[in-house]
Amino acid sequence: MVPPISIPRPVAFRAASAPGVISLPSDSRSPPPPSRAKHDIDQGPVRGDSSVPRGCATYQAEPEEAETEVPQKHIKRTHAKHHTAEAIETYYQRYLSGVVKDGTAPVLLELANEVDYAPSLMARIILERFLQEQEESPPSKSVINSMLRDPSQIPDGVLANQVYQCIVNDCCYGPLVGCIKHAIGHEHEVLLRDLLLERNLSFLDEDQLRAKGYDKTPDFILEVPVALEGHIIHWIESKASFGDECSHQAYLHDQFWSYWNRFGPGLVIYWYGFIEELDCNRERGILLKDCFPTDLVTLGQSIVQP
Amino acid sequence: MAAVLEALLREEVTAEVAVRWLVCGAQGAEDAPEEAAALAPLEPLRKEFVPFLLNFLREQSTCALPQGPPTPAKAPRASAERPGGPSTARGSGRGVRSQLFPAPAEPPAASLGEPPLARRGGGGRRRGPVRERGGRGAGGSEEGEIGDSPPWGGGWRPRGSNSPSPSPAEPLNLSNLEEFPPVGSVPPGPAGRMKPSRRINPTRVSAERSLSKPKTCFTSPPISQAPNSQPPVLDNSPWGLDLPVGCSSLQEERAMLRKERFKLLHHSPTPASSALESGLPAPSRTGSLTPEPADPGKVSCQPRLELVAIVYSSCIAENLVPSLFLELFFVLQLLTVRRMIHVEKDDLEPSLGGPLKRPLFQNIHDCVFFAVLVLEHQFQVLSRLDKGTLKLLAENERLLCFSPTLQGRLRKAYERSTAKVSLLLSPPAQAVSFQPETDNRANFSSDRAFHTFKKQRDVFYEVLREWEDRHEEPGWDFEKGLGNRIRSMMSQLSTASSHSHFVRLFQKQLLQMCQSPSGAGGMALGEAPDPDVLSMLGADKLGRLRRLQERLVAPQSGSGPCPPPTFPGWQGFFRDFILSASSFQFNQHLMDSLSLKIRELNDLPLPQHEPSDEDVDRQDERRQFASVLLSLRLLAKFLGFVVFLPYQSPEPPPTRELQDSALALRNQVPPVLDVLTLLQQGLQNHQAVLTVPWLVEFLSFVDHVAPLLDYYHSVFSLLLQLYRSLILSEESERRMCFLNKLLLLAVLGWLFQIPTVPEDLFFLAEGRPDALEGATVSLVQGLDTMPVVDQQLLYTCCPFIGELRKLLASWVSGSSGRSGGFVRKITPTSTTALGPQAPKTSQGLQAELAQAFFHNQPPSLRRTVEFVAERIGSNCVKHIKATFVADLVRQAESRLQEQLGEQQEEGGAPAQLLEALCDQICPEGTQALAQGREFCRKKGPEAVRVLLPEETSPAVLRSAEDIAVGLAMEKACAWLSANITALIRREVKAAVSRTLRAQGPDVAAQGERRGCSRACEHHAPLPSHLISEIKDVLALAVGPRDPEEGVAPEHLETLLQQLRETLQCRQFLCLISEQQLAKCSVELASFLVADQVPTLGPPGPQRLERGEARGLLQTLLSLWHEDFQVPVPLQLLLSPRNVGLLADTRPREWDLLLFLLRGLVDRGLMGRVEIETCLKSLHQAPWPEDFSEELATLSCLFLAEPQVPGPRLRACELMRPPRGTVLAQS
Repeated sequence: MVPPISIPRPVAFRAASAPGVISLPSDSRSPPPPSRAKHDIDQGPVRGDSSVPRGCATYQAEPEEAETEVPQKHIKRTHAKHHTAEAIETYYQRYLSGVVKDGTAPVLLELANEVDYAPSLMARIILERFLQEQEESPPSKSVINSMLRDPSQIPDGVLANQVYQCIVNDCCYGPLVGCIKHAIGHEHEVLLRDLLLERNLSFLDEDQLRAKGYDKTPDFILEVPVALEGHIIHWIESKASFGDECSHQAYLHDQFWSYWNRFGPGLVIYWYGFIEELDCNRERGILLKDCFPTDLVTLGQSIVQP
Repeated sequence: MAAVLEALLREEVTAEVAVRWLVCGAQGAEDAPEEAAALAPLEPLRKEFVPFLLNFLREQSTCALPQGPPTPAKAPRASAERPGGPSTARGSGRGVRSQLFPAPAEPPAASLGEPPLARRGGGGRRRGPVRERGGRGAGGSEEGEIGDSPPWGGGWRPRGSNSPSPSPAEPLNLSNLEEFPPVGSVPPGPAGRMKPSRRINPTRVSAERSLSKPKTCFTSPPISQAPNSQPPVLDNSPWGLDLPVGCSSLQEERAMLRKERFKLLHHSPTPASSALESGLPAPSRTGSLTPEPADPGKVSCQPRLELVAIVYSSCIAENLVPSLFLELFFVLQLLTVRRMIHVEKDDLEPSLGGPLKRPLFQNIHDCVFFAVLVLEHQFQVLSRLDKGTLKLLAENERLLCFSPTLQGRLRKAYERSTAKVSLLLSPPAQAVSFQPETDNRANFSSDRAFHTFKKQRDVFYEVLREWEDRHEEPGWDFEKGLGNRIRSMMSQLSTASSHSHFVRLFQKQLLQMCQSPSGAGGMALGEAPDPDVLSMLGADKLGRLRRLQERLVAPQSGSGPCPPPTFPGWQGFFRDFILSASSFQFNQHLMDSLSLKIRELNDLPLPQHEPSDEDVDRQDERRQFASVLLSLRLLAKFLGFVVFLPYQSPEPPPTRELQDSALALRNQVPPVLDVLTLLQQGLQNHQAVLTVPWLVEFLSFVDHVAPLLDYYHSVFSLLLQLYRSLILSEESERRMCFLNKLLLLAVLGWLFQIPTVPEDLFFLAEGRPDALEGATVSLVQGLDTMPVVDQQLLYTCCPFIGELRKLLASWVSGSSGRSGGFVRKITPTSTTALGPQAPKTSQGLQAELAQAFFHNQPPSLRRTVEFVAERIGSNCVKHIKATFVADLVRQAESRLQEQLGEQQEEGGAPAQLLEALCDQICPEGTQALAQGREFCRKKGPEAVRVLLPEETSPAVLRSAEDIAVGLAMEKACAWLSANITALIRREVKAAVSRTLRAQGPDVAAQGERRGCSRACEHHAPLPSHLISEIKDVLALAVGPRDPEEGVAPEHLETLLQQLRETLQCRQFLCLISEQQLAKCSVELASFLVADQVPTLGPPGPQRLERGEARGLLQTLLSLWHEDFQVPVPLQLLLSPRNVGLLADTRPREWDLLLFLLRGLVDRGLMGRVEIETCLKSLHQAPWPEDFSEELATLSCLFLAEPQVPGPRLRACELMRPPRGTVLAQS
């Protein structure tokens, strides 16, 4: 049994709204989890008021793998610092000396917490360094990712355990969290799809669009555009996160404008809310909402009753 | 040259003869031999007469119009006068013309403290110094170019010869730019310096009139003026005798005028502004300038004015002047003169020189009189102007006063007119929609090219948006702001050789933004294959309105009646983009693409005019025509811009040698677009109204050398011939419609003012050859004879016509400080989809019969049939794709699945397999033709029946159906037989590669996975929630943790129960979530087996009861077995890491693992062999000695068990080997 250790809890960044909660529209649906309405991953009810460090910050749930790592500002800021050759070498040596002393101690996790860095990212650094030593060449990204997803593949048993420990204890990064984000994103897409079906709005989803060879695909393209608050909408993108300045700019650049460039104006639903000031591109053709709008106007009809 | 004019003024030659002489040369005047004789010696000067006349008029009006220094240093070099003196045609011509559009060499004293009213029209089009065109008209615009460059319209830069002109014009010294202020600075000029004053009450004028003697009004000048201005000759001769017949009615009109005036006098309210009358000379420029009243009774030398007016009008009517609207503008300026600069007495001495020595316009009354006379002759044109202009004209009190008849006619014309030129909202910025047909991966050579283009597309719009946001900010510079981004984009495109794709996007975006008002641009051009909903409803009216408002609030620079080619609004972006990109590849592709599109649109058969339902069709026809024409003009403008871009320079080649060498060089280069042939064809097919306007746009960008090239010289000559032949008064059935002509005259007149177009081209070329006439014999009813042009289109194409209205309006408002105008921007009203082009048939007799069938049917029938054929043919192909090909693809996929198994053993490459598969399947493609025909036969008639009117006779209907079906089949089969194999191959490949890429058992399962039972209300916990929960448990198990931390056993049970619900509901489950859940559950099982899950019992953290652990494992087993639809990574249970968990446990618990392994085998989740392999490989890991031994024992124990599942299960349950047993056995 591992002796309990106490390391000061790192500063947690909490978002204004609770990620991971699907707030279904107030109508027929009730919050799905019967037992708990709230399941923040950094505050699982299981753990109660544990004083054990988790290295948690809030994360933003993201559907697409490519977007899973919308890095937290803090981590982003310090990212470079942890990736200098000296830093990596120091960490690795500390890790080595740590596991030599006691392979079962949470060496890596403690190290990450101590230097205020995400545990799974620390695990990645060490794993990379380790493989480099083993194979004398920088390992490919896909190999590393695969090992992080399934630490059993790591040739060194002790390291495998250390890495695994980091991953399950990280609430912002890592494959497990990435997967949760993806799941949340997907769940909201499903929700949106149901809402569209319910309102008889026919659409093409991402898979259909990709099959047709579209190069950029929003979640849904409406086959017949609708109007919302006087604005035309051709497509709807679901974002299961809170729309803050930083992530919204990134989305605008990588996704929303690209959609506009191809399909015209559209709607983004930030299910966890957004900073109101960001909704400034309405005239230009990008609307923001935090729920599925109830007052859509369709072609040849008046208001669609929900 | 002045000799002619003088001869005219001396009545030696009648105006009529003079004009005929001008048009046709000596033979034209045969019927008046004496007069012809008088003119004969002047023959060499014939061509110079018109420029001389125009200059003369402008010169004469300087005191009225220019607001420059009060008295130009008009030093008449009287001695130089040598009437009819031979001079070199070139020399004098140039000399004359050079002040036809004089350079504003005069310091702009006049404009001090005044806003430049006409700023450079629309912002220079080149980087070089901007040149203003039509400076003379633009009023004040010269100010902008002082010392800058020669004026635009000014053209006539004396090339080569600076010899003093010996002609009678010389005394005026018009060639001396220093001495003469710009002539044209009138309209904004006078307006500019006047404060808004009230509208002038016409009654005042009438009141004044009553004081004068109406009888003498037209026979003698006002007394005060008489001594100076009336040449004795004229005094003696009756003024009306020599007038052409048409003018004799003037007398009647004047009589009417008098009556009218008399009536007004008695009915009108008291003159409100009579006080103003006396306040004539404005004390200062900034002071208010009330227009001087004009009085028909005070005209100084009517006969002279009348003569000149007649000659002038005739020149206009015969298209001898370079620009009709420029002259109209000039005349309206005269009409709206506010003040006359008082001519010094010396200048008025009649004794000096001939009749030309005396100013033609001695006072405002003269100006107005002359203007009204000319306007009377131009009624035909005036009456076709837009309603707003007509209203202003009809309400002009001077006009009423000088010619009530004309006023009456104008009023009537106004009342009849429906030609409202509306100010429409411009289209919203809309992106070109993504079209899979041209934009998807299949259209690119490589993945990289595809992705590069994807990125560049976004960069393009990013740049566009930034431009939109910032281009109006002061200090923002396109090149600085966006140049680098655009160039890096270009280099990206070059590397990926995707220029053609980008150019297509660029061109479509250009058309969409700059041509179409409704936002349906793509469709309007018939290029979108299917109605494109995306672009149908994109209007963001509010934003547009706002921008429009801004545009109205910020006055646009008045660009005068001859604005230089500009790129207003969005066009500016595209122009600057091309400039900043400065990419050869891009420009080349752009030229190719623009040329192609121009040809395509130019050749578009516009529907013939259908007499049956006039209004609808006419409207439609016009709309179509306008849409095509505007697109063509836009494309041609950009083509011209790009084509001549490399040769542009602010100045012409400085020496003759340089010019000649440039000519020799460039005569070798073939033109990018064969505009000459297109023009000839256009004329032949009576499509000039379509071809010429865009050609003019193209040519407006010529550089200085281009018009001298043999090729373009022919183009210009042809255009000039056309211009001369478009006599507005000649209207007949077979000829061009009036407004069509007017449009051509307007655009050509504008073109001839472009400074790079050499002046001699216009005046020195021989007029009116009959070459063009021959073509009119043809029976074909071309576009020219159809009323396709309306005022809206006219004003859209020639916004400078709107200057007339502005001029009149500024007269009315009296305030022209904002060089105000009502017509700021005219956007076309209409764009509709063009009927898709019908496929051309050439199937011998049948085709001929079909043609004959249509011949006697209404054209709409043909359109319908062709439309149906085109659509059905196209749909047929799609139908085949969706049914027949899709079936084949499915077959291919299933065959592939079969073969994949074999292949894995054989190790064959998937590529070969694919080829083999295609070879098997493709031959079946031939059946597609039969199916396609069937489809057409079924669908064609239905569509035809729906679309044709009900009264269509059954026979006609049947024939129409047959033809439609035939055409559709022809089209579909042609496509299918050529492409079906390739299509099948492509589709199969795409499908197969999709399968291969996503290979894995899970994909196959994906199809059946989705969906839970109908009754399900999807209340199961969300997958994300579960993963998160399990993750917490795992984290607890892995540690580190507080001693008191743990998980309640019931919680674990609940968790697994929730997991089951989620897996059964599946509503929110996606592949990745499920895989993760599977993995997490396996990890959880491992921790359970290793007894590593700390529980939270009443006394504190403990281990799970073994029974509880088994229960949980049991649940997990059944979840894996029954509920998971993705493969569960069960082998992880036996991974060294998870088994290693056991090693840390003291005492070690093997029974749970054994229990689990048995469960796995019993449920068929893992085979014994598989487990055996895993166990064996476990031995290879470095374990502590004792652990290895225990592991070996476990293996033996497990492997020794009987393999019969049924009983063993029970045995297992029954056995429940205590921990001790296992250990004992080890």
